[in-house]
Amino acid sequence: MQITSIDDLQKAKGTGLNQLYPDKPKILVGMATCGRAAGAQRVYDLLHKKAQQEHWDGVVEKTGCIGFCYKEPLVDAIFPGKPRITYGEVTPEIAGALWEELAAGRIPEKQIMARLDMDDMVLNGGPRKFFKGKLKGFLAKTPRYEDLDFFKLQRHIAMRNCGFIDPDNLLHYIARGGYFPLYTTLTTMTPEEVINVVTFAGLRGRGGGGFPTGVKWASCRKAQGWPKYVLCNADEGDPGAYMDRSLIEGDPHAILEGMLIGAYAIGSSEGYIYVRAEYPLAVKTLQRAILSAREAGLLGENIFGTGFNFDIKLNLGGGAFVCGESTALMASIEGKPGEPRAKYVHTVDKGLWNRPSNLNNVETWANVPVIIGKGADWYRDIGTEGSKGTKIFSLVGQVKNVGLVEVPMGVSIKDLVMQVGGGVPENREFKAIQIGGPSGGCIPKEHWDLPIDFDSLWDAGAIMGSGGMIVMDNSTCMVDVAKFFLDFLIDESCGKCIPCRLGLKRMREILEEFSAGKGSLADLDEMESLSEAVKDGSLCALGGSAPNPVLTTLRYFREEYEAHILQQKCPAAVCKELITYTINPELCNGCTACVAECPQDAITGDKKKPHSLDTSLCIKCGACFEVCKFGAVAVA
Amino acid sequence: MSVTFKALENILEHYPPSSEHLISALQDVQAKFKYLPPEAMTAVCDHLGVPLSRGWAVATFYKTFSLEPQGEHDVAVCLGTACHVRGAHNVYEKFRRELEITGQEGTTRDLKFSLRQVRCLGCCSMAPVAQVDEEIHGNLSQRKAGHLLRTYRTR
Ligand SMILES: Cc1cc2nc3c(=O)[nH]c(=O)nc-3n(C[C@H](O)[C@H](O)[C@H](O)COP(=O)(O)O)c2cc1C
Ligand code: SF4
Ligand code: SF4
Ligand code: FES
Ligand code: FES
Repeated sequence: MQITSIDDLQKAKGTGLNQLYPDKPKILVGMATCGRAAGAQRVYDLLHKKAQQEHWDGVVEKTGCIGFCYKEPLVDAIFPGKPRITYGEVTPEIAGALWEELAAGRIPEKQIMARLDMDDMVLNGGPRKFFKGKLKGFLAKTPRYEDLDFFKLQRHIAMRNCGFIDPDNLLHYIARGGYFPLYTTLTTMTPEEVINVVTFAGLRGRGGGGFPTGVKWASCRKAQGWPKYVLCNADEGDPGAYMDRSLIEGDPHAILEGMLIGAYAIGSSEGYIYVRAEYPLAVKTLQRAILSAREAGLLGENIFGTGFNFDIKLNLGGGAFVCGESTALMASIEGKPGEPRAKYVHTVDKGLWNRPSNLNNVETWANVPVIIGKGADWYRDIGTEGSKGTKIFSLVGQVKNVGLVEVPMGVSIKDLVMQVGGGVPENREFKAIQIGGPSGGCIPKEHWDLPIDFDSLWDAGAIMGSGGMIVMDNSTCMVDVAKFFLDFLIDESCGKCIPCRLGLKRMREILEEFSAGKGSLADLDEMESLSEAVKDGSLCALGGSAPNPVLTTLRYFREEYEAHILQQKCPAAVCKELITYTINPELCNGCTACVAECPQDAITGDKKKPHSLDTSLCIKCGACFEVCKFGAVAVA
Repeated sequence: MSVTFKALENILEHYPPSSEHLISALQDVQAKFKYLPPEAMTAVCDHLGVPLSRGWAVATFYKTFSLEPQGEHDVAVCLGTACHVRGAHNVYEKFRRELEITGQEGTTRDLKFSLRQVRCLGCCSMAPVAQVDEEIHGNLSQRKAGHLLRTYRTR
């Protein structure tokens, strides 16, 4: 279907709405990568097959990630005139039983997580109510999305379509208001007006740095040179962050539309998306989205008959963290090793192939259509003074509700962890939150009232980063975490700058000493001065921010370092050289589970009698600790 | 799989002779042979008109490329931050012991498994996580890791 006029767009929207909310029942299966990992593909196949075999008058469809990752696989039932019902943990084993009920037109109560009474739609003229009148029975008592602690503080703007549409269906995207902002842009706005709206909205880059998006666009528009390139950074290298991938897998057209609007504002007709090759589903989803947009005439020449041309190519990254850095990314697209270069010449002036280039992050692009569609004032109302809008975080680690959450800027760390995340599991204690990935830092409980926005986090020694938020509890050792990030950065440094290449190695050696109970307090000072040297002497931000994880742990958890150095103790019982495994004879009932797991034959004893552990043989692998159901294996 | 002229031809015909396609072409070679055989590297560089040294510079820079033949099953264990704080390190060591890999990463002598580390498979909600070939396995423990290898050994 060609979409070249407003009539075409309206027609596509009508068809799309009929597909989104048909006059018959519909079953949705969450099929982003983490859903698939939990078995969603098999669930989908089963439901799909049953529907076909039984000639069911309904629709079985796939959708993206709504954020409830800890309850995967997710299945939703949408019956005409009924609220949308979300079922959690629908494993392939129980999907058959759920099918029997749904196929018979019943809404079973088991496994229900929540109901949704209306679809907010964000872009498409207000909410759509699913039913009239009052709910009866258990449905009335089923919590609504907005009643759940996990959702109460959330507001989905960038994720507006994730979990609602089939990402491969262009018409679904249009049905929820997509590509209307592009139409408005191309037919009623000058490029300068677009830039002004984005600037006034206060949008800042979501890829880490928080640079004002409109300002970047304006400089690229002003830059001399042709052609100009519009790029999307989908490299997502922060280990523990997967929001960009989910956006791509759940709503690829939001990114394409954002880039189209940006390209018009900047004056570009060629775009690239640099996406990690390790994200096969995201790559495929983007390929399909680009094809369908091209077929519809939404990418290519003379879009909406306005004379505006723009097309997008995909480029697969080769798995190097440093390629997320703007100049390295551009080198990589050119087919070179991804080494950053000095940025005294800005990439907006001379970037890809020495032409003016504008790079933004996936989530940044996904926000753009909403800003145009709803207006800058609407957008400015969300968030804090200096940080407007929402931010998606992947809330992971030692937290009960692991998932993707999109909250207005300014929510406190405490609310995010305790309310949205449901706190740390198994009655352990919250210790710190790691934010900003390898360039960020660990923020302790004393500061958990901190509002999450670009500037507050900066003041606390961390950065917003791309949105990975890793919750740590008292089983995490801060010296070990510092070591972990240094390992990562040493591995990922491109090696061009000596302070980054060697300084980090030296810091790593000192940390190694600490975790072996060696070293002295004076070494702590050496760490600090090395950190300064690495910060100052590195070309790119990888080196420039590399010491942050070390510095924040030193700043907030100095006593833990001191325990390693002065008392040869690892309080979290992580550092191998400082811990011993023992068996408590009073708790051991001789079940022999650990004996089978021990690679060293270090555990001996008679069946049903307390066992003993030979510490001289033990390699501290922790396997016995893991399998003992009686808590008889102790580590300290 | 042996490196045939035909297989390389099939890959190279997609690319016009220009250096910007170096990484993509090598990615295709890697996907086809699971590593970069030297004769394939020569063919790619010749076709695209880039010096061989540039080809190897790219191949050693990016993690997706391996220079050695890979095992039948690819075991990628996540050591991302979320997995790390949930004990991925011990799980990784279990894989190393079971597969008798002496270095940090490597391939078993029988060419059955290759073990490697990755950072974030994007399934942090199921940390610790490993991916064997295309399939992701979550909530791993050392014991589960052992089971997992046994199921692939008998496949
Ligand atoms: C080492 C390093 C890695 C980076 N990785 C990413 C990344 O994976 N994704 C991303 O969007 N930005 C990443 N960035 C930030 C980008 O350089 C760039 O600032 C960003 O993509 C610009 O887009 P934005 O203004 O929309 O945030 C990284 C920066 C550095 C220094
Ligand atoms: S700071 Fe490190 S990663 Fe960045 S350019 Fe220098 S050596 Fe490479
Ligand atoms: S920690 Fe490992 S080596 Fe030590 S006793 Fe337990 S299972 Fe055996
Ligand atoms: S809810 Fe499925 S990936 Fe998050
Ligand atoms: S950190 Fe392991 S899957 Fe994300």
